[in-house]
Amino acid sequence: MTSSAGQPLHAPLEISFDYTRSLGPTLSEFVTALAGRRLLGARASDGRVHAPPFEFDSATGAPPAEFIEVGPAGTVVTWTWTDRPLEGQPLGHPFGWALIRPDGADTALLHAVDAGAAGAMATGMRVRPRWSDRAGSGITDIACFEPESSAGPAGQADGSGASDKAHGEPAETVTMITTPVRLSYDHTVSPGESAYLLALAQGRLIGQRCPACGKVYLPPRGACPVDGVPTKDEVELPDTGIVTTFCVVNVPFHGQKFPSPYVAASVLIDGADIAFQHLILGCPPDEVRMGLRVRAVWKPREEWDVGHNIDHFEPTGEPDAPYDSYARHL
Amino acid sequence: MKQRAAVLGTGQTHHRSKRADVSIAGLCREAVDRALADADVPADQIDAIVVGKAPDLFEGVMMPELYLADALGAVGKPLLRVHTAGSVGGATGVVAASLIQAGVHRRVLAVAFEKQSESNAMWALSITPPFSMPVLAGAGGYFAPHIRSYIRRSGAPNHIGAMVAAKDRRNGARNPYAHLRQADMTMEKVLASPMLWDPVRYDETCPSSDGACAVVLGDQAAAEASDQPVAWIRATSMRTEPTMFSGKDNVNPRAGADAAAALWEAAGITSPRDQIDAAEIYVPFSWCEPMWLENLGFAEPGQGWRMTEAGETEITGSLPVNPSGGVLSSNPIGASGLLRFAESAMQVTGKAGEHQVAGAKTALGHAYGGGSQYFSMWVVADTPD
Amino acid sequence: MTDVAVVGFAQARSERHSPATTNGVEMLVPIFHEVFGATGLTKADVDFWCSGSSDYLAGRAFSFVSAVDAIGAFPPVMESHVEMDGAWALYEAWLKVLTGEAEIALAYGFGKSSAGTLRRVLALQLDPYLVAPLWPDSVSIAALQARLGIEAGLWSEQDMAEVAVRSRSSAITNAHAQLSGSTSAAELLCEPYIADPLRAHDCAPVSDGAAVVILATGSRASELCARPAWITGFEHRIDSASLGARDLTTAPSAVAAGAAAGAGRAQVAELHAPFTHQEIILRRALGLDAGNDRSGDGARINPSGGALCGNPMFAAGLARIGSAAAEIMSGRADVALGHATSGPALQQNLVCVMEAP
Repeated sequence: MTSSAGQPLHAPLEISFDYTRSLGPTLSEFVTALAGRRLLGARASDGRVHAPPFEFDSATGAPPAEFIEVGPAGTVVTWTWTDRPLEGQPLGHPFGWALIRPDGADTALLHAVDAGAAGAMATGMRVRPRWSDRAGSGITDIACFEPESSAGPAGQADGSGASDKAHGEPAETVTMITTPVRLSYDHTVSPGESAYLLALAQGRLIGQRCPACGKVYLPPRGACPVDGVPTKDEVELPDTGIVTTFCVVNVPFHGQKFPSPYVAASVLIDGADIAFQHLILGCPPDEVRMGLRVRAVWKPREEWDVGHNIDHFEPTGEPDAPYDSYARHL
Repeated sequence: MKQRAAVLGTGQTHHRSKRADVSIAGLCREAVDRALADADVPADQIDAIVVGKAPDLFEGVMMPELYLADALGAVGKPLLRVHTAGSVGGATGVVAASLIQAGVHRRVLAVAFEKQSESNAMWALSITPPFSMPVLAGAGGYFAPHIRSYIRRSGAPNHIGAMVAAKDRRNGARNPYAHLRQADMTMEKVLASPMLWDPVRYDETCPSSDGACAVVLGDQAAAEASDQPVAWIRATSMRTEPTMFSGKDNVNPRAGADAAAALWEAAGITSPRDQIDAAEIYVPFSWCEPMWLENLGFAEPGQGWRMTEAGETEITGSLPVNPSGGVLSSNPIGASGLLRFAESAMQVTGKAGEHQVAGAKTALGHAYGGGSQYFSMWVVADTPD
Repeated sequence: MTDVAVVGFAQARSERHSPATTNGVEMLVPIFHEVFGATGLTKADVDFWCSGSSDYLAGRAFSFVSAVDAIGAFPPVMESHVEMDGAWALYEAWLKVLTGEAEIALAYGFGKSSAGTLRRVLALQLDPYLVAPLWPDSVSIAALQARLGIEAGLWSEQDMAEVAVRSRSSAITNAHAQLSGSTSAAELLCEPYIADPLRAHDCAPVSDGAAVVILATGSRASELCARPAWITGFEHRIDSASLGARDLTTAPSAVAAGAAAGAGRAQVAELHAPFTHQEIILRRALGLDAGNDRSGDGARINPSGGALCGNPMFAAGLARIGSAAAEIMSGRADVALGHATSGPALQQNLVCVMEAP
């Protein structure tokens, strides 16, 4: 069997969402100032000017009493160098990360420094922000920092000399930022589920029997959830079963792949000891009932792949199963 | 051995679909400030913080308690982060209580939150990993078939769910912090609302909320030193069973029944229906009220709906259920369980305002989550034993 | 206070790419079997279970809910979960034993770090408003910390390389380690930087794995284990999340937790240091080096090779406590310390001090 001999099935999983972050008063003040090319800090109960300002003082829980303009130029407190930038980082070419203490502040902020080469980075070096054209985006309004000694890369929007010029306050206070989060994973399924999926690719339904309790799991799980032992013995199952329970879906929802209304049902395959959820088509939704006998309707063979090749279930026309025969599966 | 523990104070946010006026830290801080003020405990007397919330993907922050350490006043202190799916707010209360019952700390702050408007909870829930069955029915689609099973098994009439929904929404109107406050809601209006996941109607489902809840817990000395009325924790209980397994009873899950049995025994309660004066039960879909009444042992199996139908669960009934309006009126997922626990404490301290159950002395807080998989609960009372 | 001891420990081998799922079941089933075999316990003997794991490591919400399949959680169990390293799950389990609600408690942690790009995933632990949008990776954050110490004269790249040399050498006898072998600081220092001043040897490998630890009360512990590792101090603290506002050359939370737990008496310590310089910070914070704050010899550090030789996220801290307990159970030490860390640049630290009977 492929899944026991080789690796279990795995495939890419991408998660991506643009989070909308409401800022609240303190972060809004800071981000709005950034949009106006100003950097703010605030004095905490520890006596230090924190830049960026704290939202709530870690000792007192209080928000800042007032904001203090700092920088925007500052001094590198510590640094490192990135040869291969990762997705989402401020620069696409090699750059430095640094903790930068803005002039007039007692704490440092983290940002990228476009220094050209690691050899150009040094603790104590003076840097200034290179402002992005995209005002109001939050911390990314600062595209990166750059050495104060540099003339600035050619072609930079606004020119190098404009970096410390006032850009003017934006018309509106920034109250919300958008933070895209995109991550890539390699998702692996269990050996039992691999076997199930590979069998589906051949038009077969394969369950696995727990060696301890004898129950047949379809699809197999990593282990029998009752006994905590892997299920191994394969059981070939028919593609017929009963609807134990169901709901009629009338509402469109995110990710929906079928027009409403339709029936999502728990289908208990004959010979299996656990139901799975599937679609019931082939009859009006109001004719679906608990105990209805159903059979799988497979997708056209040319559409099969390693995965879910059953398109839906439809009534067989047989008499309904008696309630007592499936009551313990509800 | 086990030390006594009590709720010294509670706080919660105004729950809304979007709390666009605050950051995540600001949302939490709003609840924390109210809880500290209610308990009359200064922040520097808090020994440890327990944070609960549901999946990190909802806000797009990995372990947000790390970033929140400063705003929560946790710097230099112990901080724990609990996550037990939808029951997490309840588990947060239980873990916070354990810190005191174990004799480790004197005063503990429990904070639970969800800021669902940062993303779309449905997005996070509907990520379909490769090879898995495509999402067929959305959120309600998981629970609606089990509700159908309950109706079939109990023979409950069609309108019970609507009665629960109307009651909880009307109760919500008595609660100044509730997200949905619908004083004029009726069973007829609920029945007339669109059928989303037959047998579940629109008005029978919980909203999606931004919100937070905080609870200050203390040991016996702290409780006795308090000028405020306190809610003594008589017992806590947690049970888990697998998400799905052959023979799982989705109508009356054994994990819930076992948790309740252990809870009543530990609290010295022999007849919950007679001895509990108010119950805050996790009811995200209206039909969960009769189901959980049975699961918790307030009614025999198949009979819970009769209590609802007879009006016993109204705020004026023999067992008021969700006088706060419950999850059906406010659902900041990670906080929803702790809200149930906090509201139960508010009832026995007489602090529930317009939704106060007259004379409540002993109350239940309950939460569940996952595929009816995780259960957590506590009993609080106005005296230590 | 009730006497509580570690009586059992098992771990999966750290692997760069485990074929297991992100719900941990395949890694957990064998180690549950192993630890039950060693203690003679069954799942029915466990009064409380607690796990640690992360949804973002797995890339999906509720990734931990299926892990209880590995338990065989029916009839239902008293169980909880922390979105933290399993070491904090052990802390919650310890609380349950202290309350009297459990005599036997089991904590486990699991993580498949290889499912995503770990150093990028961990950027999501940073302030979501002003720091995470820049996606600073965990290795770069650690590098900023390492340079601060180097330039303050607190440690050198040579010191850091020597930590790696000792760790890999110690790991030669650890069958669960992912990296091991004999090398020299001179050899390692010839390698290029991956994030100046960090080289590959300064960084823990990306690891998949799992660990389990069993606790028992006084009356049960001695029946289950010839030399239980009695917990005499169990403390944890968190520091500010503001990387630019705290002194990154030390870890105040480790200092405080160590002092409260009695760290200075340890003869051996398993430190969860994912970077070489962080081991140096932790040794000093916990008073483990010979010298001013310690009479006599310094403690033996990371006889297992530590996280630098295998760092399964959300299990590695628990494995440190288990490995420290194993030093006592085996008779190699009378006082042992297990440590776990969480968050960027050693933000959160936990110390568990254990002693022989």
